[in-house]
Amino acid sequence: MTGEQIIFLITAGYTLGSGLMVVTTRNLVHAALWLVATLFGVAVTYALLNANFIAVVQIVVYIGAIAILFIFAVMLTRKDLRDNTPQMNKNWWVGALLAVLTFAGFAFLLQGWSGFSKTAAAIPSEFDAVGALGEALVSPNAYVLPFEVASVLLLAALVGAVYLAFNKK
Amino acid sequence: MVPLSWYLMLAAALFSIGLFGVLVRRNAVAILLGVELMLNAVNINLVAFWRYGDVTSMAGQVFTVIVFVVAAAEVAVGLALVISVYRRRNTVVADELDMMKW
Repeated sequence: MTGEQIIFLITAGYTLGSGLMVVTTRNLVHAALWLVATLFGVAVTYALLNANFIAVVQIVVYIGAIAILFIFAVMLTRKDLRDNTPQMNKNWWVGALLAVLTFAGFAFLLQGWSGFSKTAAAIPSEFDAVGALGEALVSPNAYVLPFEVASVLLLAALVGAVYLAFNKK
Repeated sequence: MVPLSWYLMLAAALFSIGLFGVLVRRNAVAILLGVELMLNAVNINLVAFWRYGDVTSMAGQVFTVIVFVVAAAEVAVGLALVISVYRRRNTVVADELDMMKW
């Protein structure tokens, strides 16, 4: 077992453990903080995959913006945080069964795929992944149209969010 | 070297945990937390396929960035809806928001 595999196993265990805490913990503020821990574990996974830029964006955008937005929303709807009400449905075991079946289905499908246990080729030393990503996002031959559509979607969503949350009184 | 299968299994497990959260949680904000976990599982898959496929083709990373944008839009609209519902109905429990149930 190499060092990289040990680091991967520690990261995966940490990510899945904090992910389980997100969906099971009773206090929602704690759930949002466990989400921060999970997102950090996912960022480490990106770094292990040599996607350094994506790892930094994960920390800045997901932890810095999205998780903080969640904590704000939890605090603005604070009344339902009372710990004496159940936080899960009565028939939660159906959901647990469905989740386990989904995982088993993924595992079964992936086992039968020929590229399943493929190993990665080394990245060419002169290849600049961040530069290539930047060029791909703005090049007319690559992904400039999806990029612009995504930016319009984000603008429309934020205008809609301001309209929905605005207090008219 | 870590084989691709480990990353795919991590993503599948994270997706299932998120699915469990979406299905069983009663609080609308907690349901959105589950959706975030599922989106992150998809991102792990996209980045893993970029790394284990053709590294010079940036499609995997580009779509990861687009998933970030969609996740931000989803959270902004979702939480605005939750706050608006809380202001009118004084609850964020998904079971009690049944005024459109016939």
